[in-house]
Amino acid sequence: MASNIYDTFVASITQWIHSGLYNLLPPTWALIVELTIIGLVFLLFYALVGLFLVYAERKVCAFMQNRVGPNRVGLYGIFQTIADFIKLLMKELVVIKNSDKLLFTLAPFIVIIASFMAIAAIPFAKGLHAIDFDIGILYVIAVSSLGVIGVLLAGWSSNNKYSLIGAMRSGAQIISYELSVGMSLLTIIILAGTMQFSELVQGQEYGWFIFKGHIHAIIAFLVYLVASTAETNRGPFDLAEAESELTAGFHTEYSGIKFAFFFLAEYMNMFIVASIGATVFLGGWMPFHVWGWSGFNQVMDYIPPSIWYIGKTGFIIFLMMWFKWTFPRLRIDQLLTLEWKYLLPINLFNILLMAFIVLMGWHF
Amino acid sequence: MKEVIHTPVPSVEEEEYHINMGPQHPSTHGVLRLVVTLQGEIVKKLKPHCGYIHRGMEKMCEKDTYPQIIHLTDRMDYLSAHINNHAVCLLVENALQIEVPERVKYIRTIMDELCRIQSHQLWWASFGMDLGGLTCFFYGLRDREKILDIWEESTGARFLQSYYTPGGLMWDIHPDFQKHTKEFLKYFRKKIKDYEKILSGNVIFRERSRNIGLMTKEEAISYGVTGPSGRGSGFSCDVRKHHPYALYDKVEFKEILYQEGDTLARYMVRMDEMYESMHIIDQLIDNIPEGDFSAKMKAVIKLPAGEYYQRVESARGDLGLYCISDGNKTPYRLKFRTPSFSNLSVLDHISRDLKIADLVAIGGSLDLVIPDIDR
Amino acid sequence: MDLEKLKERVLTLVPEAEFEENKQFLTFFIPAGKLHATAMRLKEDEDTAFDYLFCQSATDMGKYLMVVYHMESTKLGHAIVLKVKTEDRQNPAFDTVCDIWRTAEFHEREIFDLLGIRFNNHPDLRRLFLDENWVGYPLRKDYQDEVNIVEL
Repeated sequence: MASNIYDTFVASITQWIHSGLYNLLPPTWALIVELTIIGLVFLLFYALVGLFLVYAERKVCAFMQNRVGPNRVGLYGIFQTIADFIKLLMKELVVIKNSDKLLFTLAPFIVIIASFMAIAAIPFAKGLHAIDFDIGILYVIAVSSLGVIGVLLAGWSSNNKYSLIGAMRSGAQIISYELSVGMSLLTIIILAGTMQFSELVQGQEYGWFIFKGHIHAIIAFLVYLVASTAETNRGPFDLAEAESELTAGFHTEYSGIKFAFFFLAEYMNMFIVASIGATVFLGGWMPFHVWGWSGFNQVMDYIPPSIWYIGKTGFIIFLMMWFKWTFPRLRIDQLLTLEWKYLLPINLFNILLMAFIVLMGWHF
Repeated sequence: MKEVIHTPVPSVEEEEYHINMGPQHPSTHGVLRLVVTLQGEIVKKLKPHCGYIHRGMEKMCEKDTYPQIIHLTDRMDYLSAHINNHAVCLLVENALQIEVPERVKYIRTIMDELCRIQSHQLWWASFGMDLGGLTCFFYGLRDREKILDIWEESTGARFLQSYYTPGGLMWDIHPDFQKHTKEFLKYFRKKIKDYEKILSGNVIFRERSRNIGLMTKEEAISYGVTGPSGRGSGFSCDVRKHHPYALYDKVEFKEILYQEGDTLARYMVRMDEMYESMHIIDQLIDNIPEGDFSAKMKAVIKLPAGEYYQRVESARGDLGLYCISDGNKTPYRLKFRTPSFSNLSVLDHISRDLKIADLVAIGGSLDLVIPDIDR
Repeated sequence: MDLEKLKERVLTLVPEAEFEENKQFLTFFIPAGKLHATAMRLKEDEDTAFDYLFCQSATDMGKYLMVVYHMESTKLGHAIVLKVKTEDRQNPAFDTVCDIWRTAEFHEREIFDLLGIRFNNHPDLRRLFLDENWVGYPLRKDYQDEVNIVEL
């Protein structure tokens, strides 16, 4: 059985808060307060993770480029991002004369809300998630697609040629690669037989899916890595914000806190796709177990599940950062060719094969 | 007489629009303004607007003495500063028929080749950065610092040294020059393999540069595109081979030619040229003879009346100096035929019907230095 | 083709050409009217084959304005210099050679910008370095400019 000691810890805290509230207040009020607490906790988590990821990217990129990165503000520069955000908060919000003001203001919020909704479904430890739909993966994919609306609105309402080009490129890219992301996740759903996140993680108790599904899961994982990097506009697929070509793409006209929202949303999107990848392919919060080695499994259980989860997500995020700082950029037509002519056929073929393998029982 | 010249307004068809790249833009290296007419994502026409850094060098040269002109030519193509100076020195020395000491020739050739390597390093760094591989910038510049350190030790400046004078050098090299140069060669031979792994061998980079910006050999000759950009199209134009100067007829090196004429060919020419330059330095570094660092020159240099043309191979191409002298200590007219000027003229032609992203790659592969264009 | 034969070839093409002695390259002054035809013949004939115009410059020689064409053959290796001159300082004009060598486009724009010499049939003759409404031609010897030029 997976980590007993830590499960009871988490469960007891949530139980204590729950019963405490229901004792003090009438049921509707208690529900509202509980929901508010959860919302605030998530907001805080969102902000903290975003802050940390920006710092991590700068440090990782600095070490790859043979320099040191931020090291002035705080010990090893850990307060650098906070200083950056204070600066962004104090910047003037430049209002464009002929832009559509409502859409212009709305666009960054849509992007943030889309990523926020996706975080809610991901399990951080046994029982530690906000909602547990039985169509978990479908929900997450659907909701993260809403982000593209924000991008297109930003480009359109800026009333700027460059932003429009950037937004169109970005929109085409995101919509194309969603297909690949969805299909590579579909491969694992076929293997697991369920879309619910908690069931998925539970099913990886005796081996992560990437090992259980051998070749096909590995192919799906590689396709997922490439497609998710493209979907979050990162790494070699960051045409939309190609600094050396068309200024800053769809968020050229944004300044101050609205720019901070886009910036933050990009890092949070990266975190979300890394989490989904870690949960579906690498076992989420499930420690590394091997079928039959119960002594080994007991030792692995001593490491808390949240640490496992953070470690795996961190590994995928590191891979994505590594891609960005090593490879040159792809051109828009090469990007779309990659998706439609290479990744999509590979995915379809992979799904067929996986279905065949599950039918025949040729997996671990 | 005042003339009003109307700039022709480019005709705009349906769905065509203009974009301004520059004069401040991360990927045009220097102050160059390109007005690009686009149809969707395809480049239809390109008009470069130069002159943002026009300093009137040719007019200034009519009032400057020859040693003063050396300082002006430094700033013309600042990445081949030594080679530009070499051109002026050779012009004066050949006109006055002065024989410089062997030591001077050795040192000048070695410094020129170091200059070529460092110019190509900076080119590689910024080319990688333009295409999105930001790490290339740091690696290229880190290795270039070693050359700048060698120069600082011997000449006193990292950049724009004005080290050569007509007749020889400003002063002798530092005693550690040979040792540091050999260390640099050993270090760079390892690092250049990294460059090949990061960019040359990368499939994304190859797809971005193969068959982009095709230029045939006839076009290269007609447009006067020389240097590595011309040699990538098979145009054999290396001045070091055709009209040798300094010690280039005594060292053994290959002229690198590629026939494809695309961005990848121009890239490979420069990468291979770095190897050739290291090979040339290898042949010379151990054999620098003892001697004077300068021939005896009169205090005031006056070229006899007549016309002189001197060509050298700068890192960008064929640099020519055309001097009309009337016997005074300043030239009557000094015309600089700069390689980037002609290289720019082909940009419009080879980027027709390509995308903006390709335009950036082509501009990077032509290796334009804007002060060279504007003088 | 050796120098004597080349000299004879040019003199056959343009009998009015004046040969200049003691120059680094074979140098000829040719009448302005014959410029385009001569240049075309020199490029297209197979035993001269001057396909590379490596320098086109112009000078104000005081009495006259002169345009100098340095050209080379990539196949045969020889080089030649053609010069044309005009004494007309108000409206100097020559035929363009940019249909023969495409590099002349930019060079002729520069000459027009700095010396005021026009080129007939040039596709896009306008100033290159200076502003469109600049008055005067700086490389001429009689150019005065108190604002931008500091005389020591």
